[in-house]
Amino acid sequence: MLLELRELSVIRRNREVLRDVGLSIAAGELVGLIGPNGAGKSTLMEAAIGLIPFSGVSNLAAMDATARARAAAYLPQSREIAWPVSVEDLVALGRIPWPGSGRSSEDRKAIEAAMTRMGLEPFRHRTALRLSGGEQARALIARALAQEAPLLIADEPVAGLDPAQQLACLRLFQGLAGEGRGLLVSIHDLGLAARFCSRLVLLAKGRILADGSPDHVLRDEVIREAFGITTRRIDTPDGPAILPI
Amino acid sequence: MRPLFAMLILVTAMLFAASLITGPAGLSVVDGLRALLLGGEGPMPIVMREIRLPRAVLGLVVGGGLGLTGAAMQGYLRNPLAEPGLIGVSGMAALGAVLAIQTGLSLSAAMALPLSALLGAGMGAGLLVALAGPRGGSVTLILAGIAISALANAGTALVLNLSPNPYAANEIVFWLMGSLADRSMLHVWLVLPPMVLGAMLIWTTARDLDALTLGENAAAAMGVSPTTLRWRLVAGVALIVGPATAVGGVIGFVGLVVPHILRPWVGARPSALLPASALGGAALVLAADIAVRLILPERDLKLGVLTAIVGAPLFLHLIWKTRSGGRM
Amino acid sequence: MALRIVHSMRGFVRPSRIIAGWLAAMLIAAGAPVTAAPQRVVSMNLCTDQLAMLLAAEGQLISVSHLARDPRMSAMAETAANYPVNHGRAEEIYLLRPDLVIAGQFESGPTLQMLRRLGIRVEVLPPAESIKAIRSGITRMGELLVREDAAADLLAGFDRELARVRSDHYRGKAALYYANGITSGRNTLAGTILDAAGYENIAGDYGVDSTTGLPLELVVMAQPDRLITGAKWPGQSRSEAILDHPALKKLAPDTAEVTDRDWVCGTPFILRAIEALQ
Repeated sequence: MLLELRELSVIRRNREVLRDVGLSIAAGELVGLIGPNGAGKSTLMEAAIGLIPFSGVSNLAAMDATARARAAAYLPQSREIAWPVSVEDLVALGRIPWPGSGRSSEDRKAIEAAMTRMGLEPFRHRTALRLSGGEQARALIARALAQEAPLLIADEPVAGLDPAQQLACLRLFQGLAGEGRGLLVSIHDLGLAARFCSRLVLLAKGRILADGSPDHVLRDEVIREAFGITTRRIDTPDGPAILPI
Repeated sequence: MRPLFAMLILVTAMLFAASLITGPAGLSVVDGLRALLLGGEGPMPIVMREIRLPRAVLGLVVGGGLGLTGAAMQGYLRNPLAEPGLIGVSGMAALGAVLAIQTGLSLSAAMALPLSALLGAGMGAGLLVALAGPRGGSVTLILAGIAISALANAGTALVLNLSPNPYAANEIVFWLMGSLADRSMLHVWLVLPPMVLGAMLIWTTARDLDALTLGENAAAAMGVSPTTLRWRLVAGVALIVGPATAVGGVIGFVGLVVPHILRPWVGARPSALLPASALGGAALVLAADIAVRLILPERDLKLGVLTAIVGAPLFLHLIWKTRSGGRM
Repeated sequence: MALRIVHSMRGFVRPSRIIAGWLAAMLIAAGAPVTAAPQRVVSMNLCTDQLAMLLAAEGQLISVSHLARDPRMSAMAETAANYPVNHGRAEEIYLLRPDLVIAGQFESGPTLQMLRRLGIRVEVLPPAESIKAIRSGITRMGELLVREDAAADLLAGFDRELARVRSDHYRGKAALYYANGITSGRNTLAGTILDAAGYENIAGDYGVDSTTGLPLELVVMAQPDRLITGAKWPGQSRSEAILDHPALKKLAPDTAEVTDRDWVCGTPFILRAIEALQ
């Protein structure tokens, strides 16, 4: 298992934000984390990777910092870039957990591969801050890829992207899963989640409400309980479309 | 990048040499350097070895230290407005130094002066990091800096005003504006060890500062420990700014101007900015210290006056850019 | 004033018996006041204090400045202990009901104006930086106090003693160096003392006539035979650190001398300073 969480609980300001969450992700899985705002999706990711205090068990948080950074790459929701670094230097930051200071041949290979994969070669020397939102998101994903961790935890990676970019991003994630990586991706668009994820985990009020195949999780009664709305599901040859009503 | 470092080293070396041959005594370059290297009888070796050499060395290390700490604090706080002089770290160091001098501690043990200044700088930096940490925005940083500066300056003025020594009150100017005039090799030996230690400590944060480019969470997920990073940074800044302020007073804006100018030349990478800013800071302070001797040779014009004339407009420009939402 | 106040100090006094005896005699010689003379005189300035104490008739001088009692600055601190002191404030001086206030040139202008508005006669004496100025200061003080005879006696004694202590032969180069790297040139009291003692003032090498900053390296380059520094005050200051600079120690290892209270004011007491340098 790349990720193994058991009885994970988080208390923030005397409020229980997560309660007894159990979740595991194996190689090759693209797991979509869905749920309403405030359900605790970001908190779950932060606790899993050891950024915030929690009770329970996380296999990642138990590792030392370097080992954890090599085991899992994390893409926070805020696409923060503090300084006007070049795209190439930004991607190279992914090599920080590895020896070689970003200049060894292994480092170079990983950086080049990540940039090629995200189609960033034309932007190599451009300042990351001057790119469009979608291009910045791609550069940040390339950074996480350069980290070459078997598990990728991405918080809302497609939020704010145009439909083409969203599709490209999720196809890429599918491809990564196909290569044997594990991914945990939080996502709001239930239709996209259903189409691309191999498994969905529905979080509501700090607890896991459903965990399983998209068809199993996206049942009307489950959605009603979690989101308080009804949905209409239209199956198409390219996958289901889910309309909130 | 290589050419940049080569140029910075060259410029700094030239300014160091220029500092050695600048002075009212009007020694020729050849005579001066011969007296410096070979010694001999008469007043020339005293002038070169006891007066000009410590001044040039202090310009080099104090400037280098200020440039380095400016770059490090900016990298850590992810804010181009962070600078030890502006945000009260140097002011607290000055307060520590003034206390050591006025209580007579520095008389009984010479090391008490840099140590006390170091303690002050550490408190200032610690307080600032606690108040304005990496998550705090520019406004928090500047407000925290104003508060700490005001407190430190008031404390310094109070201590000097209470002194029985008639000169003490007039020294507020030195502590606020800084000067390297008439320091001796004793001062050099006093400040060099802690400053070198501080520089080494800050150098160990280079990769962590790079990682912080992506934000605190992403950096922590890449193996950066926020607690040890903060500790190393505060200790490193205190080890450098404390002793530097104890012998040179508060020389503001060096840590602001230098990283700002050099950032584009190192691709904005915080780690590469550290050594570049150290060299640039040394060059700036050496140049300013040569300028004060050329502009008003008989008046001991304060170094901080010159650095502020260069730095304050830039500071306003940076605030303007931050205000209008642009990132540096 | 401020400058000269600070490079004086207690100790290092080697008063000549002759001078001391003569000055003591001057004090005793104070006779009965003349009718037209001011009866309630207040002095507000360290230097006018001393001239007034030397010349005033018994009971004529009713207050001197508080600095007059400071043994670091006042050559007559012991005598001043017999007088009530003032702190140069208009209110306290007015309450003394003086008929003459004598001030130095550096006293607060508004204070003096207020005293004048209150109808009090205020006379200002310039600081004396040369032998000539000291002589005219004595004469002027004598006129103000209507003690011309006492002033003439004091002058005669001053001239006689000066002729005795003044050195006619060249004694070498001397540097005056005070906190903050300040030196005094020819046209200052300290320069006058140096000159009278037979020393060449290195400030002259650099065209410095007044009291002003002189870079340390120029002091070193001038290679003075004698270094005369300002005294250290209690408490610590960075300004005085220059006096401990290793370059000065190397320059003049044994010859460092310190200015004291006899160097502060242009009064006959400079004779003691001149004599002490020989």
